[in-house]
Amino acid sequence: MRKVISFILLLIVATGIAISLKEIPFGETESKLREYCLEHGIQETGATNIVTSVVVNYRGFDTLGEVTVLFLAAIGLSAVLYRDKEIERKKGRKSSLILFTGCRFLFPLILLFGAYIFIHGHLTPGGGFQGGAIIASGFLLTILGCWRWVGINRSRFKVTESLSGIAFVVIGLIGLLYGGYFLLNYLPKGTPNELFSAGIIPVIYIAIGFKVGSEIAGIIDDMVRSG
Amino acid sequence: MMLEIILIFVMLVSAIAAGIFKDLLNSIIAAGFVSFIAAILFYFLHAPDVAMAEASIGAALTVAIFIIAIRKTERFEEDEKSD
Amino acid sequence: MEFIENYLYYIASFGLILIGLYIMLIKKNLIKIIIGLSIIDTGVNILLITMGYLRNGTAPIFSKENLLPSRMVDPIPQALVLTAIVIGVAILALALALAIVLYRHYGTLNVSKIRGLKW
Repeated sequence: MRKVISFILLLIVATGIAISLKEIPFGETESKLREYCLEHGIQETGATNIVTSVVVNYRGFDTLGEVTVLFLAAIGLSAVLYRDKEIERKKGRKSSLILFTGCRFLFPLILLFGAYIFIHGHLTPGGGFQGGAIIASGFLLTILGCWRWVGINRSRFKVTESLSGIAFVVIGLIGLLYGGYFLLNYLPKGTPNELFSAGIIPVIYIAIGFKVGSEIAGIIDDMVRSG
Repeated sequence: MMLEIILIFVMLVSAIAAGIFKDLLNSIIAAGFVSFIAAILFYFLHAPDVAMAEASIGAALTVAIFIIAIRKTERFEEDEKSD
Repeated sequence: MEFIENYLYYIASFGLILIGLYIMLIKKNLIKIIIGLSIIDTGVNILLITMGYLRNGTAPIFSKENLLPSRMVDPIPQALVLTAIVIGVAILALALALAIVLYRHYGTLNVSKIRGLKW
């Protein structure tokens, strides 16, 4: 009975998608929004990466919503996996010397690479989310290889995440005070293709990079410790 | 053109294999492979930002979170004797 | 051959959505259902980026001084898909946390044995 209903549902969904995809031509796209963003992108924001200027400047409120959804997921996960008393961790094997030294050597380099990606978000492909994910994978490497050396206590992830989120909202509110709207671009735009250009875009991306990195590292740390 | 056809064929076969394996670790690795080929396809569609995001988030962090979840629960799927 | 050339990426995303939906509806292990959810997510993201493609176009970055903005692919779907990928991983983490707590409570991950989840 269950399989029959599933197959009928699959058939309905497949026909619906196939009929609607036949109408859309592939390889030709024209829309007024695309022409506007591509032609006036550099003048109005100063960033040469148009995707960055769309994410932070033209649709900045959607980015704030996404940061909120990530925050809710991290809090929900931490609340659901809560244990009253910590379980006894099984004694694992100590990692060998090569693994320990290798992880210890690679960790600052991975952090530097992630920071490079989110600082240059307005010039090259990259940005806050990609850089934050790389920082989180650096922390994952130390959890697997050399946790006793790094010894970061758990509350620092949460504190960094909260402060970065507050920084994002405060930067937007200062734009409101300057006589405009929330998330107004008030810092000087400079010349394109320079590091210090594009107004508040690098500042917001630095805040998002810190926030996403510490958030996902906190998620992984929560899942490893409790449960 | 040929390269894209081969990549998409391998991606669809890997997605079907993710549903067939009984060992959940194999299933997770197949799903990570689908994400990895999707990152290559994003590069062919001229979207380098999205390719970087999919490669770092979809192919690395998703697999890590799944493996931690398997460790806290069971690794093998139960055999189905009767429906 | 003409058909494959025009609709290749549509076939890829359409196939991924159907395979993911099949895994979600038929399989009984809870972690396999969540793997199916992740595959549907990837398929939908490929479909969104395919909608903004322009033949013989370039990436929307002004790295050199004189690049024609009329030959660039659409940057708006790329911004939306960036958001969607990160939200997808957040959903996955929360779903797996709920699966871990279910295992702690019931001792099994089989959907037909957990009271309240079987259909």
